[in-house]
Amino acid sequence: MPSDITFYLLAALTLAGAVAAMSLRNIVHCVLCAAGAFAGLAGIYLQLNAEFVGVAQLLVYVGAVAILLVFTILLTHGADVKLGSALISSGWKTGLAISALVLVCLVVPVLTSPGLRHEAASGVVAPMMQKIGEQLMGQCVLPLETTGLLLTAALLGAVVIAMNDKTAAGPKTGVPPNHEAGKEPGLR
Amino acid sequence: MSNLDQVFVTLLHWVVGLVPASLQPWVSTLVIILAIMTVFGTCFALTTILERKILGRMQNRYGPNRVGPCGLFQPVADGIKMLTKEDIVPFSSDQVVHFLAPLVLTIPIWLAFAVIPFGRNMTAIDLNAGLLFFFAIGSASELAVFMAGWAGQNKYSLLGAMRAVAQMISYEVPLVLAAVPVVMLAGSLSLNDIVQAQSGYIAGGLPRWNVLTPWGLAAFIMFLIAATAESNRSPFDLPEGESEIIAGYLTEYSGFKYALFFLGEYMGLFAITSLAVTLFLGGWHAPLPVLEWLPSWFWFGLKFSALIFGFIWIRATLPRLRLDQMLSLAWKFLVPLALLNLLAAAVWHWSGQCRLFPGSMAVRWLVCAAILVFPGIRLGRSLNGLSATPRQYRYAK
Repeated sequence: MPSDITFYLLAALTLAGAVAAMSLRNIVHCVLCAAGAFAGLAGIYLQLNAEFVGVAQLLVYVGAVAILLVFTILLTHGADVKLGSALISSGWKTGLAISALVLVCLVVPVLTSPGLRHEAASGVVAPMMQKIGEQLMGQCVLPLETTGLLLTAALLGAVVIAMNDKTAAGPKTGVPPNHEAGKEPGLR
Repeated sequence: MSNLDQVFVTLLHWVVGLVPASLQPWVSTLVIILAIMTVFGTCFALTTILERKILGRMQNRYGPNRVGPCGLFQPVADGIKMLTKEDIVPFSSDQVVHFLAPLVLTIPIWLAFAVIPFGRNMTAIDLNAGLLFFFAIGSASELAVFMAGWAGQNKYSLLGAMRAVAQMISYEVPLVLAAVPVVMLAGSLSLNDIVQAQSGYIAGGLPRWNVLTPWGLAAFIMFLIAATAESNRSPFDLPEGESEIIAGYLTEYSGFKYALFFLGEYMGLFAITSLAVTLFLGGWHAPLPVLEWLPSWFWFGLKFSALIFGFIWIRATLPRLRLDQMLSLAWKFLVPLALLNLLAAAVWHWSGQCRLFPGSMAVRWLVCAAILVFPGIRLGRSLNGLSATPRQYRYAK
């Protein structure tokens, strides 16, 4: 089956990318591998006929998040930074516990949801896009707008924090101007 | 008429019919991929020579005229030169990323052609979210440009890459916003449906293309400006800026990898031009009812070539923008105007529902144009004001 081959290729790309993103030493390599994992995930969505989710995954994660990460790294640390001596953080047990908890929280509702009992209807992808649009602009417009507002607030907050860091003449925000001294932003 | 119109579709069916049924989906896909690659690869070769010829003509010189008749074999010579050049990988560069960057740039751009309707029944994949897919796949090229600049491990490459990424992100916003009214009025993200929505003619015999409405014209112009910037073409070619940052992210590339970047740049231009034709110029529809007998793919090709010529003309005409001018053009002019254009499109749509009096069409035109023109002039004036104050240089005096 060609679709099986495609699935295994995409799954391999996603998993390999994710593993590499966690285990490589160079932080820019990590970001690039993470972008590969995002792209593989988008491919899997597309293969499952979830066009909108797949394309949105590409647009948001590969197009925006990866670039954002890259900018963040270059503007803060510089790409030639050495990661800590140990590849695996000392708090790995806590991390493992938290990620296991998150996994359980995600898997249990999915497995118990009644949606899984139905056989996936094939060939009814056509009205999906419109349905998503109508839902977003109709029933779910309030959560959507709230999320947008929250993200805008976060963005403004980030700008304020970053401005305060840059010059002594930055806006008064109640944070002492010299906190995080020695972290000069700039391309290195 | 329909024979000539469907000649490529018939050809595809004939080729696919030659192989056993189990192989047919594979062969069909392969033939379509080969067709797209051949057509646009040839387009690439022709455009390089024509661009140099036209630029030469506009600058009062001959352009390349040594290889073959009228210099027509120049692309072949260029190709051989590029292929046989030494592929230099700098010692301190990041070898793997350096190798991957041209591929990551080129492959998604080829994928973008999959959703473009080149003629009647000539869409490789009719995705429901075709337009969104196009923009999503295009966003991968930003990462590729960053990879190319960063892998070189020198400051000019990195500066060029950061310029390029900033430019691409900035102009992606007006690019997408200019396309939004088309989606709103067509009610679909599928490019086939968008072409379908532009079929037929209004009373005067004029086609119902989006570019012939006030919002469509404004969106078309904004789309072309943003497309020029997205494909890093003059006057938005600062990421390469030969005189300032020695070709930016291309500094460390030579030989065939450089050719791949070159190819990617032109393919990006072709893809986005195809999208402009599809969104605003009625796709493969003929401009007049009497011209319907010409095949649909001919009309697509004609509009496509005209737009490419326009891009070359712009390149010959305008000087390069400064970085701050480039960014303020995007954020202070194009984005607000594109948002206003959404309003104009809404007014146009809702006023079209009620036919009050005979001259209502002219009134609609005037109202929608006024929504765009007056703020446009105002915003344009504020852009002029920017250069009136002396610029503060931090690092150079």
